Amino acid sequence: MASPVISFQDYGFQYMAQAEPTLRHINLDIYSGEKVLIAGTSGSGKSTIGNCINGLIPFAYPGKSTGKLLVDGKDAEQSSIFELSHTVGTVLQDTDGQFIGLTVGEDIAFAPENNCVPQDEMKQLVSRVAGLVDIDHHLEYAPHELSGGQKQRVSLAGVMVEDVKVLLFDEPLANLDPAAGRTTIELIDMVHERTGAAVLVIEHRLEDVLWRRMDRIVLMNEGGIVADMPVAKLLAGNLLLQHGIREPLYLTALRYAGVEIRETMHPEHVGSLVLGQEDKEKVRSWYHMLRTGIHSEQYGQELLRIENLKFGYTADKTTLQDVNFTIHKGEMVSVVGRNGAGKSTLAKLICGFEQPVSGSIYMDGRDLKGDTIKERAVRIGYVMQNPNQMISKPMIWDEVEMALLQSGMPKEERSRRVEETLKICGLYPFRNWPVSALSFGQKKRVTIASILVQRPQIIILDEPTAGQDYHHYTEIMDFLKELNGKGYTILMITHDMHLMLEYTRRAIVFSEGRMLADTTAAHVLNDPGLVEAANLKETSLYTLSLACGIDEPQVFTECFIGYEQKEVR
Amino acid sequence: MARAAILSYIKRNSLVHELTGTTKLIFFLAWSVASMITYDTRVLSGMLLISIVVFKVSKIRIRDISIVLGLAAVFLLMNNLFVYLFSPEYGVELYESRTVLLTIAGPYTITLQQLFYHLNMTMKVICVVPVALLFIACTDPSEFAASLAGIGISYRIGYSVSLALRYIPDVQREYHNISQAQQARGIDLSGKDKLFTRMKNSVAILLPLVLSSLNRIETVSNAMELRGFGRNKKRTWYVRRKMQRNDWLTIAFVLTVLIVDLVVTFWDGNRFYNPFV
Repeated sequence: MASPVISFQDYGFQYMAQAEPTLRHINLDIYSGEKVLIAGTSGSGKSTIGNCINGLIPFAYPGKSTGKLLVDGKDAEQSSIFELSHTVGTVLQDTDGQFIGLTVGEDIAFAPENNCVPQDEMKQLVSRVAGLVDIDHHLEYAPHELSGGQKQRVSLAGVMVEDVKVLLFDEPLANLDPAAGRTTIELIDMVHERTGAAVLVIEHRLEDVLWRRMDRIVLMNEGGIVADMPVAKLLAGNLLLQHGIREPLYLTALRYAGVEIRETMHPEHVGSLVLGQEDKEKVRSWYHMLRTGIHSEQYGQELLRIENLKFGYTADKTTLQDVNFTIHKGEMVSVVGRNGAGKSTLAKLICGFEQPVSGSIYMDGRDLKGDTIKERAVRIGYVMQNPNQMISKPMIWDEVEMALLQSGMPKEERSRRVEETLKICGLYPFRNWPVSALSFGQKKRVTIASILVQRPQIIILDEPTAGQDYHHYTEIMDFLKELNGKGYTILMITHDMHLMLEYTRRAIVFSEGRMLADTTAAHVLNDPGLVEAANLKETSLYTLSLACGIDEPQVFTECFIGYEQKEVR
Repeated sequence: MARAAILSYIKRNSLVHELTGTTKLIFFLAWSVASMITYDTRVLSGMLLISIVVFKVSKIRIRDISIVLGLAAVFLLMNNLFVYLFSPEYGVELYESRTVLLTIAGPYTITLQQLFYHLNMTMKVICVVPVALLFIACTDPSEFAASLAGIGISYRIGYSVSLALRYIPDVQREYHNISQAQQARGIDLSGKDKLFTRMKNSVAILLPLVLSSLNRIETVSNAMELRGFGRNKKRTWYVRRKMQRNDWLTIAFVLTVLIVDLVVTFWDGNRFYNPFV
């Protein structure tokens, strides 16, 4: 067998600022042309592995390493980040942040420019590589004119231009809507075929990555490798769950139904899954057992009503139109749709950040027209996607107190409210801590607390779990569910279909500025027409139920969610 | 957000746009030096005339850059005001004569000489402003770094400047988002609160903005290093254009202006043209 293109030999690494090593005793060989998935929770060391391979460690993040790392046969420690960049091409998570050039062409040309490639040669090279990822008709475009998927093509071309042996993807799906994520995986697959480079994908969204074949999975936990095996073998075991990674939904459903997952079933993909008659029967009987238990929930009175809402940032372009829906007290509702469908604009209109061209927003039956942002904020809370964009005080207590200070509330009343809010949010023990000592999920709690302290009747959250691994995701969502149980009305903007399905009964679907549907979450993903129009992705439960001969996939999905909430949690 | 940036590249088809970035940069630098050196009214009038012609040729309209022009006007006015307040007799000293037009109070009289001095000072600024604005408005930002490198400035510096320019709209957008969310927490940035409170409030926006910008910088610098930025002393440019006949003509022209400017200004050993004696 040929020698590996990347070889970790009893490798360990410790960041300068940390007391403990982040990687320990790593032994891993990657061969030319392989396609490997590196999975693990945040903090498992999976991103650190990537940074060791591309040279950001130790170039940008210094630290101490032990053991050996060979990249293309050379000792990585002896070579520079520049030499490594000839062998390893890295596509970072943030497609906007890594867009360096001002146009597509310039961005792809960035590496050749640094290598002093003459201009004529460079132009040819750029157009050839752009062709490889089908972006050659957009060479003159600026980043803001491209969609998320197109930006990813550009990033990819920008590293392929070096003719690298290894393509490294650091969480390529993090900020993409489901359909764009699927396209990305297809794109990676295509590039793999066309270039023959080894492909390394670092990602925790397993089901989405497995949309195309991967040769093996390396599962990381606490700085070590806990598994390095073919996909099917890992899925058949229960290592994933033990280490905080969510397994594909269809497998979870099968396990609930009492079906044993075996390697021979081809569990890598719901399409490739082979189920025996006996297995299908198990799924069907599980389904029939649950089906009788479904009941519809009752909600309180009307809280927020939107009528014929229309909006455009400029006079000739409409961003949102014909929006009509009502939210009741105590509901938890998802607003879904692809990036740019108008979801965030809707939130801005409700909060009063922007004014509608026409139409009205009623709260408790009263038209909000003319109310300022500040006046609305008392009743409508808005939590931004990134907590770092909201937190403006160094101490937790001060941050939560801020809105009350502004309103001129007396001191005792203020302290009482802050204390109470911190208790609700489970932050009371940390009340005198600095914000910087918190994890991302805890920071998110702080931002939610800083909104809750104003006692809004409805909370709007923009992508509450974006970029979080399963553990933090569950932590944030369970907290929101708890708040909802305490009577808070919650509106979530998201493109995460699992989130919608698991935590909200009702979903409002947007596409290209129009409201396509207002229905149950399960129905959204089981209506192929709607999935297609809103650029979403049907869940694997849909496919599984059809494969088992259940002709009401929507009800099957609802049963699954109901079962999870009742039995598992 | 559909809000246009205050000052940015405006794409039009004109002779000025067709020049390479390097030419425009040389023109701008030489022009600034020329107008900074001289106080000679005759030279300044000539340069002012040329500035206006160049502005016409560029097809940039006044309203495209009205905000910046307004700012420049305010700045110019303040400058004139303070010069007058601190040395109301400077013109008299310079031109060695004194023609009083009006007495205000105490040392403050308005003399013909002082007015003439202010006229020259103002003309110097008015000569440079259109050319400076044209350099920014007519130079494709892509070409900006290449043009700096073209006059021998390290490409690292050139690239940092062009990246900074490029992120201005992004940062503006982010500022807008953060400020909206903070307003929803009761922070008022409109004119209703006292100045001190408003200043304190704007910190609530700046802190998250600075932190997120630092984050952005980390990502970009990693992305650049991963693609070999800084490997060699020199680099090539995808967008750089070759110098054409018009470029050489323009450079020759601006150097001529600079020489004429120097000759006329220093002919009699004095930077100031003195019509009074």
